[in-house]
Amino acid sequence: MSKEHEQGMSLIVKTITRLTVGLILLYGIYIVSHGHVSPGGGFAGGVIIALSFVHLMLAYGKEVALSKLPKQASSFFESMGAIMFLAIALLGFTGGYFFLNFLSKGEPFKLFSAGVIPLYNIAISLKVGAGLFAIFVALVLLKFESEKK
Amino acid sequence: MILQSTSLPLFVVLPLAGAFLVSIAGKKIKAFPDLMGSLTTFCVLVLSLVAVRTVNVSGVLVSSIGAWKPPIGIAMVLDGLTAFMLVTVNLVAFAIAVFAIDYMEKFTSKWKFYTLFLLMLAGMNGVVISGDIFNMFVFLEIASVASYALVAFGTERQELEAAFKYAVMSTVGSLFILLAIVFLYSYTSSLNMADIAGVLLEKGTGNIVLMISVLFIMGFGLKAALVPFHAWLPDAHPSAPAPISAMLSGVLIKSLGVYALVRIFFSIIGLTPEISSILMSLGVLSMVIGVCLAIGQWDFKRLLAYHSISQIGYVVLGIGLGTPLGILGGLFHLLNHSLFKSLLFLNSGAVEYSTGTRDLKKMGGLAKRMPFTSGTCLTASMSIAGIPPFNGFWSKLIIILAAVQAGRYGFAFWAVLASLLTLASFMKVMKYAFFGQLRERWSQIKEVPMLMRLSMAFLALLCVLGGLLCLPQFNQIFLEQAANVLSEGTEYASIILQRISQ
Repeated sequence: MSKEHEQGMSLIVKTITRLTVGLILLYGIYIVSHGHVSPGGGFAGGVIIALSFVHLMLAYGKEVALSKLPKQASSFFESMGAIMFLAIALLGFTGGYFFLNFLSKGEPFKLFSAGVIPLYNIAISLKVGAGLFAIFVALVLLKFESEKK
Repeated sequence: MILQSTSLPLFVVLPLAGAFLVSIAGKKIKAFPDLMGSLTTFCVLVLSLVAVRTVNVSGVLVSSIGAWKPPIGIAMVLDGLTAFMLVTVNLVAFAIAVFAIDYMEKFTSKWKFYTLFLLMLAGMNGVVISGDIFNMFVFLEIASVASYALVAFGTERQELEAAFKYAVMSTVGSLFILLAIVFLYSYTSSLNMADIAGVLLEKGTGNIVLMISVLFIMGFGLKAALVPFHAWLPDAHPSAPAPISAMLSGVLIKSLGVYALVRIFFSIIGLTPEISSILMSLGVLSMVIGVCLAIGQWDFKRLLAYHSISQIGYVVLGIGLGTPLGILGGLFHLLNHSLFKSLLFLNSGAVEYSTGTRDLKKMGGLAKRMPFTSGTCLTASMSIAGIPPFNGFWSKLIIILAAVQAGRYGFAFWAVLASLLTLASFMKVMKYAFFGQLRERWSQIKEVPMLMRLSMAFLALLCVLGGLLCLPQFNQIFLEQAANVLSEGTEYASIILQRISQ
């Protein structure tokens, strides 16, 4: 059972995954970067980014996915997302208020607008994406250990 | 030095930043988590002492997040009660952070402990300082979720079971609170506490407010472990590592339960005679049933956990009386209980650190080998039992006097009885654990390391000197300010709204 997990699924699944995984990741990034002008945002985009790595793990096994995004890296990015969010919020103190939107708001519905909101979205997507992937990895590793016993 | 209104978010930001910095760098650099834990809690403690001074100098402060003006934006409010709670929470947190440096050595991944600990602290400070009812709920959840993980920190079978039970019960409590907030929002169309209070004064209270009150009592009653809702506490609190038990019993049930309960019932909904009698009855029930259950326990920490239920009963009885003296006594007992109960849990941790057991029957004569732990434990026991020079005596005296003054002789009687039973139960602890014949197997154990002793000494000193807060000079700047906020009741709305419009 365990061996099968490590090597992943059949050739068909692997080929389809190879074709789609990049698109899924790209779509996640699109959702994050357009969070302030269209539905979605940091959380939804982060989930999609995490799903692209989960997809990789399901098709190719955990070795391949973990070589792309090691456990340490996901735990680092998760904390980094939180720190980034807090740091941007703290930068608002330059204008005198916590969480102040201190950048220029720009023109509505343009990609570069809404001040710091896109930056918050990026920070949230890091936190959510890395966090969700880390939870998935933890569950997978736990399963392998219980199978060994 | 006084705080500006814009710097109020620091109470949440500092522990939050500490938590995530520890989770990034704590794994690589060995000393970093310890340093960060003590440093952050110390900074927040200093800030909260400054906050007490600020309240005395410049009155109530309101900070608007992101320059959005309340009641539409999120507000953080610093008034007398908030400053009082901040000092209570951060004082205990600092002592515990110092204690944990040596105690947590026996666990792997200490940095995870500090991350969760600081997250919990951020949540508690947030609950206390938030002036927005939904924001309060979010912080409440941060603190609760961090505490579920901390209860399960040992990852043994029993700890996981306790954490699961705690998580389920506490989530049910959160659900009631959220439902109450939803109803309150639909009735008043506002989430700002002061604004809600203002609208309620204007619109009057109908049946829906009755429903909201019941939901809040159930929700916060679960968080505060008042008696019909107490079942999770005796499992959850002993299962956590000792510093976390101290934190949970010492401040978590107070800031999440009692503080939120009284803030909502005194400042927002307004205290009616019915709510007052419900609070007092719950208080007396917890007081008596808690101590009766405690007396038969042989597990040191479990016994302490049952006493937490009983002592919370005193706090709720005092505040529920609704008279200025009763509120003062209740708040004073809240502070005192957080000091001596966290000290007692740290003592139990120190005993477990040296001997490896929590069973009172297996101990005996430890005073000879651990004079320091035994001395501080005696101080805390005398405090909780209400022996005269210690702080617990003064607050219990004020509560009982207030009950007599309000004509509630029955409640005063039960308070005295529960105090006697508490004394009996701590006599048992001292006799079985520290006095008597030293057993053969404990003849080689050592006293705990320096930093653990230091933090216990700090708390013991505060237990001895705590009674001084009754003196008019200290009382006026600290306790009176907090009690006044509750005595003013729904005046809160006009005070805060006036501050906002300035």
